[in-house]
This record gives sequence, C-alpha cells and structure tokens, in this order.
Amino acid sequence: MLDRATSALRGLGNRVTSRIWRLGFASRFFLAILLYSGTSFRRFFLTIREIYFTGVLSLIIILVSGLFVGMVLGLQGYDTLQRYGSSEALGILVALSLVRELGPVVSALLFASRAGSAITAEIGLMKATEQLSAMEMMAVNPIARVVAPRFWAGVISMPLLAALFSAMGIFGGYLVGVVLIGVDEGSFWSQMQASVDFREDIVNGVIKSVVFGILVSWIAVFEGYDSEPTAEGVSGATTRTVVTSSLVILAADFILTAFMFRGA
Amino acid sequence: MSNEPLVQIRDLNFTYDRRPVLTGINMTIPRGKVVAIMGQSGCGKTTTLRLIGGQLRPTQGEVRFDGRVVHEQDVDELYAMRRRMGMLFQFGALFTDISAFDNVAFQMREHTDLPEEMIRDLVLCKLNAVGLRGAQDLMPAELSGGMARRVALARAIALDPLLMMYDEPFTGLDPITMGVIGQLIRKLNDALGGSSIIVTHDVQESLQIVDYVYFMADGKVVAEGTPDEIRASDKAYVHQFVWGEMDGPVPFQYPSAPYREQIYGAAHA
Ligand SMILES: Nc1ncnc2c1ncn2[C@@H]1O[C@H](COP(=O)(O)OP(=O)(O)OP(=O)(O)O)[C@@H](O)[C@H]1O
Ligand SMILES: [Mg+2]
Repeated sequence: MLDRATSALRGLGNRVTSRIWRLGFASRFFLAILLYSGTSFRRFFLTIREIYFTGVLSLIIILVSGLFVGMVLGLQGYDTLQRYGSSEALGILVALSLVRELGPVVSALLFASRAGSAITAEIGLMKATEQLSAMEMMAVNPIARVVAPRFWAGVISMPLLAALFSAMGIFGGYLVGVVLIGVDEGSFWSQMQASVDFREDIVNGVIKSVVFGILVSWIAVFEGYDSEPTAEGVSGATTRTVVTSSLVILAADFILTAFMFRGA
Repeated sequence: MSNEPLVQIRDLNFTYDRRPVLTGINMTIPRGKVVAIMGQSGCGKTTTLRLIGGQLRPTQGEVRFDGRVVHEQDVDELYAMRRRMGMLFQFGALFTDISAFDNVAFQMREHTDLPEEMIRDLVLCKLNAVGLRGAQDLMPAELSGGMARRVALARAIALDPLLMMYDEPFTGLDPITMGVIGQLIRKLNDALGGSSIIVTHDVQESLQIVDYVYFMADGKVVAEGTPDEIRASDKAYVHQFVWGEMDGPVPFQYPSAPYREQIYGAAHA
C-alpha cells in the first residue's frame, strides 16, 4: 500500500520535473533563436519565403473564417441590441469584439492549426531524415538557417492575418446588419468610427496578436526541433503544437485582457 | 605540423544512455591517405564519424582534427573546423525541399561569394563526376535511392574538403557505378591531398582503393592493417569478414537471450 503510494508520488514528481526541464529547454531554445536571428534579416528573402508558406497559405482560411464570424456577430448582436432599441450600435459591437478579442484570438487559433502544425511537421521531418545534422556538418547552423526564419515569418504574419480577419469580420457584420437586416448604414459606420479608439482598441489588439504570433511560432519550431526523430515522434509533436498553442493562446489572452481592459 | 596525422583518435569512449557504444578506440588517419572502417552493423562506425565531426561529445578520450581537440572547440571554432570536413550521410540526408542542383550548390551559396554562373559550372562539374548532370533539376523525391546517394556525394565534396567522411558510399549502387564511385573517391583524395574515411561493408571493392583498414567489433578496434595484410590475415575474425563466411567468431545476432529460451519461455528451456 505504502509502496504503491510512493511509486505513484514518484511518477507524479517525475512528470512534473520532466515538464519543467522541457520548459527550460524551450526557454534556452528561444534565446538561441534570438541570438541567431541575424541571418533571417540579413538574408531577408529566407524569411519572405517562409512568410509565403505560413502567412499567404493561411490567407484563405483566415479570410473565410473572418467573414463568417463577422456575419454571426451581426446576427447575434442585432438580436440582442434591438431588444434595447439600440440596433444602430451594431457597428460598435461588431468592431470592438473583433478588434479587441476575436480577431487576434481566433486568427491565432487558426494560424496554430494551419501553419504551426505545418512548421512542426516540416522541422521534425528534417530532423528525422538527418537534414539538420547534415546542415550542421556543412557548418551551417540549422537554428539560424531553418528555425529562425520560420519563427520570424510567424511573428510577422500573425498581426497582418489578425488585421485581415478583423477587416473581413467587420465586412461580414456590415453585410448582415446593413445589407440584409437594414440597420442604418450611416450610424453603423459613424458610431463605429466614433467609439473605436486607436490606442485603447487597435493598438491593444495588435499587441495581442504579436504576442500570440511569438507564442505560436515559438511552440511550433520548438516542438519540431525537439521531436523524436521518428514517424510517431513527428506526428505526436504536431498534435502537441496545436493543443499547446491553443491553450497558451487562450490563457495569454486572459492575462493580456486583464491588464489592458480594466473597465476604464 | 604537417607531418602530424590529419585525424588522431585516442582512447575514445562513447556511451548512449549508459549503454557503452565505443570503448577505447584508437585510430590514425594520416594526410593524403584513404582509410576504411569496416565492421558489423551496429558496431559503432557511424557513431565514430559523428564524434570526429563534433556532433557527439566523447565520454572519455579525444579526437584531434588537424592538431586540435574537436570537443574542446567553441561553436564558432567547431563550425570553422567543419568547413574543412565533408560528410556523406548513410541515408543521404538531401534537403527535400530543393532540387538536386540546389542541394549541391547549398554550401557554395552559404559559404562563398561566388557569382551564380561560377556556382553553376562548379555544381555541374560535381554532378558530372557522379554521373548525374542530367538529373540536376529533379527533386530528391524523384531520385532513386542510389541516385540520391550520389547527389549527396556530390554535395559532400562541393567545397573540396580536407577530410572526407563517407558513410557507406557503395550501398544501393550497381557494380559499375560502384567501381566508378570508388575510383572517384580515390582520385578526389589524391587531387586534394586531404584524407578520406570510408565506412563500408564492401570489402572487396574497398580493399582495392584504400591504404589502410580498421576492423571494428562491439565498439572496439579488433584488427587493422594495409589491404595486403588484411587479405593475408589469418585472424579468424578478419578472415570471416573478408570472405563473408557464416560461421566464425562474429555473432550475427544482436546480444540477446538464447533463441530457444526466448521462443519457448524459460520454463521449457
Ligand atoms: N540515437 C541513438 N540512441 C541510442 N542508441 C543509439 C543511437 N544511435 C545509435 N545507437 C546505438 O549505437 C550503436 C552503434 O550505432 P552506429 O549507428 O554507430 O552503428 P553502425 O556501425 O554505423 O551500424 P550500421 O553499419 O548498421 O550503420 C548501435 O548499437 C545503436 O543501437
Ligand atoms: Mg552506420
């Protein structure tokens, strides 16, 4: 009985310490990325190529999702607002929800599953097929040449994708609210313009999406680089990228929101 | 300094997760010579090459490359050292997202400022040497196993390194290509005045081109000598390996419990 209790406790302790070790590795890896980032900017075409693969290829899913999310916001928002006779405030509701929350958060979640998983799988397979070792033997640092450009591409793409998501969402809200339901067009836009603050809302939204971009890209490249060099290892790492990123995005969003919007 | 051997391995020990893989290896790779490392699958040949390239750290002992201890170099020095080494990986390890041409051009673009026309000429020359000039535009996925290894070979020799390490250059090649590649390895070595290490199972092919042979078994060097000494050797181990005999001191099985015992269970044994 006591034996089983101690071994269970030991197992728990083992799991906790191995997680903490891994977090330590991830942090050192992050520093290494920053240290070897020179190449990504000196030879910016390397990063551009990755922006194409991560950013541009995520465009379709971001744009379509943004449109639908905005349309749903239009329907739901109108339904609630008209009970209080303030349906012309629909523009504010749609814009603020998107710019402050849904834009950064949903596009980051989509980005993690579309681009993050692809980055992890690619780096993991390069490791499994010894391409990273071969690169090291050719005196080319794989963190500088492979990892850092992908990381920065993610960090750069994320805010742009979030902005596009929000823009599409506002357009979707306009389609449903103004074109379909018939909310007054003038007040839809003018109220939106009057109450969306540049510093409070837009800058905070951009800060959020930059933070999410850093987190998702970091998780994706680390999981790839740290994966077991086997087929199962890579597939496990890919799944972990999506799961971990999603949780981290939502948790970080709560923390950032708590600091940014304290009911001013 | 220059009459000192290019690579000197002294009392090298290496352990993977507490399992000893190499124990007390001593080897000398003189300048201008081609040295073969032979031995059974799993005896630690690839591990030895990785230790020379500084990808693994010895648990004991040292590898000296051009007079300097590999594992004592810092990152920049190690990378500088690796620029003078070339390695053909056992499984090719071509970059799968770029073409055969770009694979061979990779190091030239990373490490030199050569104009693109000159890189083109150099790459075609290297591909020509391995007989694949016509395959320059193919992606690695479109190459056969043997072709991929030849492209990898062209990539490894791209910058004419001082030390070339070939991890099983002959596997998956037909006898004609094998002969050509063997001659190529020898010619490159003599033209550059560097040294080469060939890890191989192809005893007959390699005895024709190398200057010296190390036999490894179980993480130790068990025999060494010039090709003539090896052919004439009456050591049971070497004889078995050179003439490919089934019975002899080399066990075919990875260390394990007796077969009978494992199949029928200890109770029936
Ligand atoms: N990453 C690793 N982790 C743990 N053990 C390993 C690892 N790589 C190799 N080994 C072990 O080290 C030993 C030597 O492996 P190595 O790859 O050097 O063999 P080898 O002589 O090159 O064999 P082969 O001729 O089949 O390529 C093997 O017993 C193998 O099980
Ligand atoms: Mg091997």
